[in-house]
Amino acid sequence: MSTKKYFGNWGGSFIPEALHETFRQLDIAYRQIRNDPAFWEEYMSLMSTYSCRPTPLTYAENLSNHFGGAQIYIKREDLNHTGAHKANNVMGQGLLVKRMGKTRVIAETGAGQHGIATATMAAKFGFECTVYMGEEDVQRQRPNVFWMEKMGTTVVPVKDGSKTLKDAINEAFRDWVTNMDTTHYVFGTACGPAPFPEMVSWLQSIIGQEAAEQIVRQHGKLPTRIYACVGGGSNSLGIFQRFLDEEQTELVGVEAGGHGLDSGQHAARLCGDDASAGVAQGYKTMFLQNDDGQMLDTHSVSAGLDYIGVSPILADLWEKKAVRFEAATDDEVIEALDLTMRMEGIIPALESAHAFVQAFKEASEMAKDEAIIINMSGRGDKDIFTIAHAYGDPSWKEFIIDRAEQYRK
Amino acid sequence: MKLEKIIRQRKADKDILLMTHIVLGYPSFEINREVIKQMVDNGVDCIEMQIPFSEPMADGPVILKANQDSLTRGTTIEDCLNFGAEMCSTHEIPFLYMTYYNIIYKYGEERFLDQAAEAGIRGLILPDLPPEEGAHLCKSAKQRDIAPIMIYSPTSTVERMQELSGHGAGFIYCTARKGVTGSHSDLDTEFKNYLSRCRQATSLPLAVGFGIQNRSDIEALIGAADMGVVGSQTIKLVDEQGSAAVGPFISRLRGTS
Repeated sequence: MSTKKYFGNWGGSFIPEALHETFRQLDIAYRQIRNDPAFWEEYMSLMSTYSCRPTPLTYAENLSNHFGGAQIYIKREDLNHTGAHKANNVMGQGLLVKRMGKTRVIAETGAGQHGIATATMAAKFGFECTVYMGEEDVQRQRPNVFWMEKMGTTVVPVKDGSKTLKDAINEAFRDWVTNMDTTHYVFGTACGPAPFPEMVSWLQSIIGQEAAEQIVRQHGKLPTRIYACVGGGSNSLGIFQRFLDEEQTELVGVEAGGHGLDSGQHAARLCGDDASAGVAQGYKTMFLQNDDGQMLDTHSVSAGLDYIGVSPILADLWEKKAVRFEAATDDEVIEALDLTMRMEGIIPALESAHAFVQAFKEASEMAKDEAIIINMSGRGDKDIFTIAHAYGDPSWKEFIIDRAEQYRK
Repeated sequence: MKLEKIIRQRKADKDILLMTHIVLGYPSFEINREVIKQMVDNGVDCIEMQIPFSEPMADGPVILKANQDSLTRGTTIEDCLNFGAEMCSTHEIPFLYMTYYNIIYKYGEERFLDQAAEAGIRGLILPDLPPEEGAHLCKSAKQRDIAPIMIYSPTSTVERMQELSGHGAGFIYCTARKGVTGSHSDLDTEFKNYLSRCRQATSLPLAVGFGIQNRSDIEALIGAADMGVVGSQTIKLVDEQGSAAVGPFISRLRGTS
């Protein structure tokens, strides 16, 4: 059996000829781990000892009372090692790289969470590692760059194009097309050429498997709705897949509304009217592009959602109306983050806070015996510079100025 | 006339042919016009005109930047198709379009091919469209006498090369090495073995590109390939010395000066 290349009208494998053989071998290696129960056991064992799986499902009692409707549960992917769901995919691919006998890994990163996770994995498994990161994202996520470098990874700022995630992906492909003999490209999300969308979704499916058991144990039945933010789509697919056949559960993906869907400054591919079908970065999906097929600059307060394309699997679920898509604006995100911190003592990443926004909009209209799950894909303390800036926090500014003065001496 | 036939006719009285490359709208269409005239006047056999794309995954820094600058200047696909038609009617040599698949997908395959055929474009190079995804486009192009150019890489197996050959026409574009466009390639023994594998796998003429920069690179191809392809090098030259430097450069590559 070969890997599924298309999901409805979406996906495929649009790769340069130089990578044809590499992808053929990757596909074989992926098939082997997929059909080998020992691989999943090894993966589970690694994730429960090196990371914190299963991650808890936290009942948000104060938020539930505040909105007075559905009972709100939060799936805590922030408690994974490295602070986000990204580790699930990366550790799985790390085990795959070991089996393939390659010695070097490369990755793209937007928010830096995938980069951090890859740097961690490379350090643990003894691989050489290079991470490509848009120059704008290097600025936005400086602390992550610091940790990657400390773990021995080379971080390459990408200065081409919009200097964000898509440009980092292009650059990683340029590296791979040169160094494929030794190198595996640890793709960070459920996008790109086959088998990446399927493989990454599979490795992330652990989130939904755990959540389904946990919600039944804690709430007595499956949730009415599940909310997840959607950048490339790996955390949302991670939690959604287990529930696709559960009729009582509605799945809600929340995209980056940026300055608003009418502003032209957002990253909403599936809700809103700005995206159209296209082929780039090795796969076919709905892209934010102009009539000539040139990709547009996207905007989001969160680097991790600031991307032109979306998983072909999600594009298919969108077309089949199996997942509902909404958008949250930058301002709404900061508000939801603020409320969550004050009421629950939990700091979601800016990306994850998009899912909180939509859940908060809908919770109060739901019955008290209903449950909703918000997938908290990552923790927000990495965003301290962005969040403090968004708040305009005076004492933080003072601290930064003082520290800069000290360094100047 | 079909591209393969044109190539064979031109090859009849030369030991090696020369294909050059430009990025449309970079640094401007006016400069493109001057550069192409110099290329044709100095004996270039074939020119690939790259329609810029915002995500040129297979290109190195020089061509990547040219793509971006052209788009920043406002180059549209309509501009490119008009310019392509003008070149085909001005010059005798065959012109090809090189671009990424999304440009054609968005424009509409049939609409694009109809316009290209009407303009007299002879071939199409799409580095991100393997025949698994583009079988239909290859067929539609051939029906209009536009050759879908297949690409061989040193990583391609002989079986793969044979398969590709069946989808292609015109000639095969052999990349001299792995990687992206721009940096120099060592045309060593391993390379010679690779070229003989290419030769074995197809009856189509062989063009060799990626890192071909000077006369000695071209000389190394004589006897082993039918055509050398110079890409990033002329873009760099125009950036550094202006379009007037192109003629003498081509003439040196041809070994006629």
